[in-house]
Amino acid sequence: MPRLRRDETTSVRFTLNGEAVSRRADPRMLLSDFLRHECGATGTHVGCEHGVCGACTIRIDGTMARACLTLAVQVEGAEIETVEGLAPEPGRLSVLQDAFRRHHALQCGFCTAGILMSLDTLFSDEPEADEVRIRDVLGGHLCRCTGYEPIVRAALDAVSRLRSGKTNV
Amino acid sequence: MKPALFDYVRADSLDEALDVLAAEQGDARVLAGGQSLLPMLSMRLARPRVVVDIGRIPGLDVIEAAKDVLVVPAGLRQATLLVHPGLERSHPLLAAALPWVGHAQTRARGTVCGSVAHADPSGELPLCLVALGGSVRLASKRGRRSVDAREFFTGLMSTDRREDEMIEALAFPGAKREAGYAFREFGRRHGDFAIVSVAAIVTAVAIEISVGGVNDVPARRVWPRLDGSALDDALNTLAWELDARDDIHADQRLRRDLVRSLGRSTIAEASRCLA
Ligand code: FES
Ligand code: FES
Repeated sequence: MPRLRRDETTSVRFTLNGEAVSRRADPRMLLSDFLRHECGATGTHVGCEHGVCGACTIRIDGTMARACLTLAVQVEGAEIETVEGLAPEPGRLSVLQDAFRRHHALQCGFCTAGILMSLDTLFSDEPEADEVRIRDVLGGHLCRCTGYEPIVRAALDAVSRLRSGKTNV
Repeated sequence: MKPALFDYVRADSLDEALDVLAAEQGDARVLAGGQSLLPMLSMRLARPRVVVDIGRIPGLDVIEAAKDVLVVPAGLRQATLLVHPGLERSHPLLAAALPWVGHAQTRARGTVCGSVAHADPSGELPLCLVALGGSVRLASKRGRRSVDAREFFTGLMSTDRREDEMIEALAFPGAKREAGYAFREFGRRHGDFAIVSVAAIVTAVAIEISVGGVNDVPARRVWPRLDGSALDDALNTLAWELDARDDIHADQRLRRDLVRSLGRSTIAEASRCLA
């Protein structure tokens, strides 16, 4: 039963987008801050810090999760994926990211990282996801710019391309 | 918004978790999925000395289905229950209500027991547990006890759980063969807190209605098979009895209105399921 005192830090080991990393965290450090401040992975955004806006959405062990509702110390040994891991290689976008660009599914981009992570997870879990499922999952995100319609169009375009066998663009 | 300082303990067994709860005398909080606790910590509505993480305790996420009762252990995530095979048949009310619990992103981590322990007045899972007449199994160093859900919720985010206890499991009774079940909710955005939610169970002789989001705890009434204006009157009386609050999301009048309209449509849906 490891006990970590409030003023102590411990090393947290996990994989970030496939790479093994280890950084130090104290008990109260949120995973969102840990990723951004300790790992330098600033693609994950922080809006409300209480689970409402979805900006911090990432993947923990294959399922979507709010980084702001997770403690850094909880992810010891976990597989973490963030928006930085979506592009197949530098300079190329994933099918979903490319659809976002073509459909103008972002303006300021604050909400985008979280939405991409949710939709990417949805499409790998449910390749047949329809508009109802897409809107259901988007319900966990707030976007103050787009009015959501271009996001839905981009998502529908991406899922149909993915179904026809495209893995990236 | 960052949590205040706390010590963190990762329990390897239920016994270890109970040791900490006993030792801290009310100054420890249990962390399972964290979807209710983390906002409380970040907003500093909770400032425990110790957070006990039960997320790594082996076997805490195995559902036990015994004699029509679904026993949901402390580590079981809401998303896992939602896809539990046969849930729609064995527990139609849960199957209808679970998609309303938070968002897909929070259901993936949040636990069923955690939501009940948190006891938010607008929580769908406390409402279902009360509607179905389920029970809460509590464990502590002193022993175990089971509390009827209808006695467990004692007020706004307060329960009958004692300081050294944790919820070990919930027992949800299975669907009765001769009953129809329905759940409906009204909120500003799907997945946001319910402004009003209604669970209805209709049998040949009775209507059971449970309402969440209006009072501090889920409210339940049992009526004969009223219909027409008699049902309208009963719903209207209920709407006034519940003594709705005004808040930023809805005023009293809207809440009363929703109790009437949502109440009616939920009861109608449950009656159709029965027929
Ligand atoms: S920052 Fe995590 S949900 Fe808003
Ligand atoms: S693009 Fe600005 S918040 Fe969504």
